[in-house]
Amino acid sequence: MIGIEHYIVVSAILFVLGVLGIFLNRKNIIVILMAIELILLAVNINLVAFSAFLGDLVGQVFAMFVLTVAAGEAAIGLAILVIYFRGRGTIAVDDVDRLKG
Amino acid sequence: MNLASSLYFTGAEVGLSIVGLVLLLVSAWGGPRSARLVTILAVSALVGATLFSGHLFDLAVRETAGRAFGDLYRADTFGSFAKILIYLATIAVLMVTPRFFDQRGAYRPEYPVLMLFNAVGMGMMVSATDLMTLYIGLEMSSLASYVLASFLRNDTRSAEAGLKYFVLGALASGIILYGVSLVYGFTGSTNYEGIRAAFAIEFSTGALFGVVFVLAGLAFKVSAVPFHMWTPDVYEGAPTPVTAFFATAPKVAAMAMLVRMAMEPFAGEVDAWRQIVIFAALASIVVGALGAIGQQNLKRLLAYSSINNVGFILIGLAAATPAGVAGVMTYLAIYVAMTVGSFTALLMLRDPMGQNLETFDDIAGLSTNRPALAWCLLALMFSLAGIPPLFGFWGKFVVFQAAVQADLVALAAIGIAASVIGAFYYIKFVKVMFFDDATREVETESPIGHWIVLGLSVAIISPLGYFLTIPLGEWSAAAAASFAAAM
Repeated sequence: MIGIEHYIVVSAILFVLGVLGIFLNRKNIIVILMAIELILLAVNINLVAFSAFLGDLVGQVFAMFVLTVAAGEAAIGLAILVIYFRGRGTIAVDDVDRLKG
Repeated sequence: MNLASSLYFTGAEVGLSIVGLVLLLVSAWGGPRSARLVTILAVSALVGATLFSGHLFDLAVRETAGRAFGDLYRADTFGSFAKILIYLATIAVLMVTPRFFDQRGAYRPEYPVLMLFNAVGMGMMVSATDLMTLYIGLEMSSLASYVLASFLRNDTRSAEAGLKYFVLGALASGIILYGVSLVYGFTGSTNYEGIRAAFAIEFSTGALFGVVFVLAGLAFKVSAVPFHMWTPDVYEGAPTPVTAFFATAPKVAAMAMLVRMAMEPFAGEVDAWRQIVIFAALASIVVGALGAIGQQNLKRLLAYSSINNVGFILIGLAAATPAGVAGVMTYLAIYVAMTVGSFTALLMLRDPMGQNLETFDDIAGLSTNRPALAWCLLALMFSLAGIPPLFGFWGKFVVFQAAVQADLVALAAIGIAASVIGAFYYIKFVKVMFFDDATREVETESPIGHWIVLGLSVAIISPLGYFLTIPLGEWSAAAAASFAAAM
């Protein structure tokens, strides 16, 4: 029988993978965008699982909001990435170093 | 609780959203030519929203706070006070913006529209009494901010600032959201009152995790240490008017949201979050003071200065009393005046070619070239350092007083000691302006709009500001009274 704790564990693993994807990633920024999506999906698993477990619809409504905002966020992230690439000609994480102090 | 009263209480947000959408159409039709018109209309809309928030503040003082849309949103004194600060800061920034971009030929009507949507999001953040409204408000403000940071599309530094802000901001939103999902799961409610009621019955480990995640994400948004690393980079790379905006309005919004979270849903669990807030406060004060010492770029310096100030504001929150919340609001009001003034002065520093100057070398000997500007900066820097005749001292005084009353004497003592370290670089700023030899030529004229904004903020932080202590104290106390039921 799959209980609520299984869902929480899966979502916790996804969340940690997402955070590690942002911090350990040395390759390119697209991977970071994917890691951000992973974090938001971990949240959605949590929300939907809790919603089903509690028999309360609010969590599922919340998950719809998160999905919508995540789409907008990804669009803006990619747009910024495009203007960045136009200026610098690279999207490697190690090259993001104009601002240092 | 019908639709009409809900719309009435959310009037500022509804109005600003409609104006924002109409202005978006105007800018799509008019193109770059319409930039001035759109800016003026946006400023008028914000003035209207400020007045309406003042009206709601008054209403909430006399009667009770207005609840809208099934208690997703509350028009109380606290939210209205924070909103007035947010709108005023946005207006001030919009007034000093166009010249900066004009010089690069990059001013577009989308800029004021983005500022309007940002203001709507911030208004929702401070009035949200449900995790869902909070999330939507937060994202609305953040998404507009990412675009604003990279508004100078052809400048690689601006694009990089936008990219960094986006990645770290999205991570912070993800962390807040994960915390929110845990809080929802362990309480079964997203409403603040529902959460508090559920916590009063049982505060489980899972819920504690949720609270910690939410607080960590919010610390990111207010740039408190240890989540401050994005601040100097973003502040340096973003266009200066946008930096002025980031240092004021979103900071007020995020701080007000943090205070509301701590004092409403988490009010019963003060012991759970107080240690985190105390740690973040002390670390911010120390890192803000030490990090600023070696900086050459003035925008980076002001970034560390804002980290330092966030530390002092968090001391007020750590007190977890009405006096502490009132201190936070008073400090925020004074902080906005000081920061708007400093960045306006920075925007007025240009060489004869119209390039903006932003390093220590550039301001050497400013007192001989631009005596009035140098004296204004002197007042602002002494005020930021908290030196008594100036009003910046009052903000520090009220938060420390609240901390001492709440038996956090050690915290207050360490905070005061660390503020002495901070004084070092503010005074260095003054030393460079007044005692070093001028090496750069600077533009000697500045437009009247800049002088008005600078003059007003310097008047507020000058000793004249002490006339404001009584009304400001009353308003802050009224704002803090919003949480009376929770404490």
